[in-house]
Amino acid sequence: MASELFTLTIAEARERLERREISAVELTRACLGRTAAVESKLNAFITLCAREAMEQAEAADQSIAAGSASSLTGLPLAIKDIFATRGVRTTCASKILERFVPPYDATVIAKLRAAGAVFLGKANMDEFAMGSSTENSAFGPTRNPCDLARVSGGSSGGSAAAVAADECLAALGTDTGGSIREPAAFCGVVGLKPTYSRVSRYGVIAYASSLDQVGPLAKTVRDAAILLKEIAGVDHRDSTCSARSVPNYELALTGKVDGMRIGVPREFFVEGMEREVEIAIRSAIQQFEALGAHAVEISLPHTDYAVAAYYLIATAEASANLARYDGIRYGLRAEADNTLDLYNRTRDRGFGAEVKRRIMLGTFALSAGYYDAYYLKAQKVRTLIRQDFERAFEHCDIIVTPVAPTTAFKLGEKTADPLQMYLSDIFTISVNLAGLPGLSVPCGYDAVGMPIGLQLIGPPFGEEIILRAGDAYENSAAIEHRPARL
Amino acid sequence: MASDEYEAVIGLEVHTHLLTRSKLFCGCAASFGVAPNENVCPVCMGMPGVLPVLNRNAVELALRMAFAAHSEVQPYSVFARKSYFYADLPKGYQISQYELPLCKGGYIEIGNGGQPRRIRLVRIHMEEDAGKNLHEADSSLVDFNRSGVPLVEIVSEPDLRSADEAGAYLRELRAILRYIGASQGRMEEGNFRCDVNVSVRRKDSTELGTKTEIKNLNSFRFVEKAIGYEVARQIEILEAGGRIAQETHLWDPIREQTRPMRSKEFANDYRYFPEPDLPPLRLAAQMIEQVRASMPELPAQRRERLQREFELSAYEAAILTEDREIADYFESLLRAGLNNPKTAVNWTMTEVLRAINETGKPLDQAVPPATETGTLLKMIENGTISLNAAKTAFTAMCKSGRGAIVTVDEMGLAQVSDEGAIAAACDKVIAAEATKVAEYRSGREKLFGFFVGQVMKAMGGKGNPKVVNEVLRRRLAGG
Repeated sequence: MASELFTLTIAEARERLERREISAVELTRACLGRTAAVESKLNAFITLCAREAMEQAEAADQSIAAGSASSLTGLPLAIKDIFATRGVRTTCASKILERFVPPYDATVIAKLRAAGAVFLGKANMDEFAMGSSTENSAFGPTRNPCDLARVSGGSSGGSAAAVAADECLAALGTDTGGSIREPAAFCGVVGLKPTYSRVSRYGVIAYASSLDQVGPLAKTVRDAAILLKEIAGVDHRDSTCSARSVPNYELALTGKVDGMRIGVPREFFVEGMEREVEIAIRSAIQQFEALGAHAVEISLPHTDYAVAAYYLIATAEASANLARYDGIRYGLRAEADNTLDLYNRTRDRGFGAEVKRRIMLGTFALSAGYYDAYYLKAQKVRTLIRQDFERAFEHCDIIVTPVAPTTAFKLGEKTADPLQMYLSDIFTISVNLAGLPGLSVPCGYDAVGMPIGLQLIGPPFGEEIILRAGDAYENSAAIEHRPARL
Repeated sequence: MASDEYEAVIGLEVHTHLLTRSKLFCGCAASFGVAPNENVCPVCMGMPGVLPVLNRNAVELALRMAFAAHSEVQPYSVFARKSYFYADLPKGYQISQYELPLCKGGYIEIGNGGQPRRIRLVRIHMEEDAGKNLHEADSSLVDFNRSGVPLVEIVSEPDLRSADEAGAYLRELRAILRYIGASQGRMEEGNFRCDVNVSVRRKDSTELGTKTEIKNLNSFRFVEKAIGYEVARQIEILEAGGRIAQETHLWDPIREQTRPMRSKEFANDYRYFPEPDLPPLRLAAQMIEQVRASMPELPAQRRERLQREFELSAYEAAILTEDREIADYFESLLRAGLNNPKTAVNWTMTEVLRAINETGKPLDQAVPPATETGTLLKMIENGTISLNAAKTAFTAMCKSGRGAIVTVDEMGLAQVSDEGAIAAACDKVIAAEATKVAEYRSGREKLFGFFVGQVMKAMGGKGNPKVVNEVLRRRLAGG
């Protein structure tokens, strides 16, 4: 039925488009219709691009008819508002870029355009990607489709909610400390953070340069694999982007995990984790064993230092990355009659409280007299954390953990104490510090029906193995899909 | 005298643009003279989400500087962010190098009037330039054409001991940079900037005094004057029992004095950290060797060779090699097949340099091509024209751009060397000046000049002076 087209996966829609069972215009129209129906409850989008999306869909139908369709032709996606999209407002959920329209595309956006994708709109997020709940957006929070009183997670909360609510078939997000995986887990969808350097960062508004990575949020692991193949690969505009060849990730989804060694880190199963989350994870591990994998206890001894190290390194890099927002060349500019006032007023008015907090923290960590004790020390701890994983991967093929210690909390529950909010990232953060790939897969629900996410961590450039494991789990565990009742 | 008891201790920090086609971290043209904000792109404008990509040619030019300065190339160096807020700095940080620069150590040798002295370097590193602020009455404008242009920063140890030495150091540095094609080296155009660190101490002391930093110097002359002024100022303070404040001073070129920068400008904490958007710069041994092998001859080497090959004096060699273009021109002249290299030496040092200085134009616009000038010099050597006639021809050629033979021909400058013709003219003069001839023959040698003048007049100035001299002497002697 036309009205259910928005519930399709990428894989399903692609097949139907190819068989001319549906048209790209119908598909996009269905998603836009769904969005119109539910968006006022969710606030998943900052900017909707209905007209442009229909134009892209029409062009897609033409190329399908001409036999020149590409891999993602006609497939409607939501794009986190952190990616520069030429001619379309890109705000990063901040007042300081509220009216900024970039004259250039991010590299991944150019790639998706070339692959024929349709962009439905720019998804909501925590301002400058700083947050774990999308409550730090200057344009209001995004509500969780599973329970509108709860957060969608962050910072890619809009992307996750849009996928979970079927406003789009899949979405693009970024992950610096868990910002794809955590909202994916909170909203019950799949989220993938690739290995650092796998995907180009050019045109991705920078938060923490050595941690930021682009990745897909999707309804299935297969869909995530399809999208990853389209966005991964070398980019001469990004000096940190890997030149390593991009495999066809779909081919890795063989369904076979027998003999796979599943590492279970003892430090991750500690106090502070909700009982139901722990049960769901342990149950998932048993599911793997039923498939022929073996659970192995491993140790990541420096886990305790990960959050502290992250909040020094990320904020330090961010304090420099955000220095360019000064009202001189683009973005918000406050009235002033001298440069210093111009800077102060523009940044005071343009930045939200959490952004200011992190800029100050980062500036402090880099300042004379403190650099060695904070920034430099944190980088050394980072090396130890990376070495923990290297040693662990000598004894296992993937590492399995919860994504977050809790399910989605209520709006406003953690905003009073920033440090409490920071602890939501406790299981995801060390993966960014080590630059490893991490996949979040739904693995159950808690007593009130909120989704729980399972994290699969791979060795560097081990996307194929975690996608294979995730896909096998997804198919065998058959976690009930509960469509959002909106 | 008080100043005799003190010595000046001077260190120089030079920033110079590298002559690359594009900027250090993006593909924008690094050229000048275009309208404001024409050579810009999202990267050098610091727009959201952009990233730097290193220009290989800039690294090669910086390496040439390293070799020329005997500086140790670090096969592993790291770029760093230097943070401060200023309207012409688009990212709010400059990408520079801090703890691990491209090169360490090295030296520049200055002639020092025959006693060469090595001025040691601390380091050489690469960094990007900022844009330019233009202040108007009630507003400021920013031009980002210069933002992202590659710079090398060359830091010397405080080994210099006088304003003269500082001037010599800067001139040698500039010559080197021009020779290796790394820079234009023009302070007045802003592509060669110099900050000076000056302190004084009693001559027998080994400790360093408090230094002041002087900025806003845009010519070598001002550097020398500023050092002179500041040294005198510091000595005066110390002699009066005061202490030197560690300040940054600006040079006032109108009043020709230094004055402290307004106290509102606080010392910046630049919060350096390694640039996460650029991997560490790892230079393969092969690449380093390739650059070393491609090094052109340096000023010092060329000076030494010219003295050896062409028997030039140290002074002549110094003048001719101060500018690579001039040295190249001089050597091209020699290829005209002159019997005596001194002809080319003298001509270059007088006529060529004069033409350049008078017109203020670059060499290739101020003087004829070396082949034409060489032809002219050959004409002097084989007696076709006199030296004076050649000078006249040269001036005309500079203006007209036409060849030597054509010019000499059209201006009728060829001289007469035929002995017969000259003898006839001499005989005429002798016949007409019988009294003076008698006086000369009885001892008044001084009259010889008068006869020469008369012969020249009779020949319309075209007599070959050497032949005139010889023939006249013979005729006057009665032969």
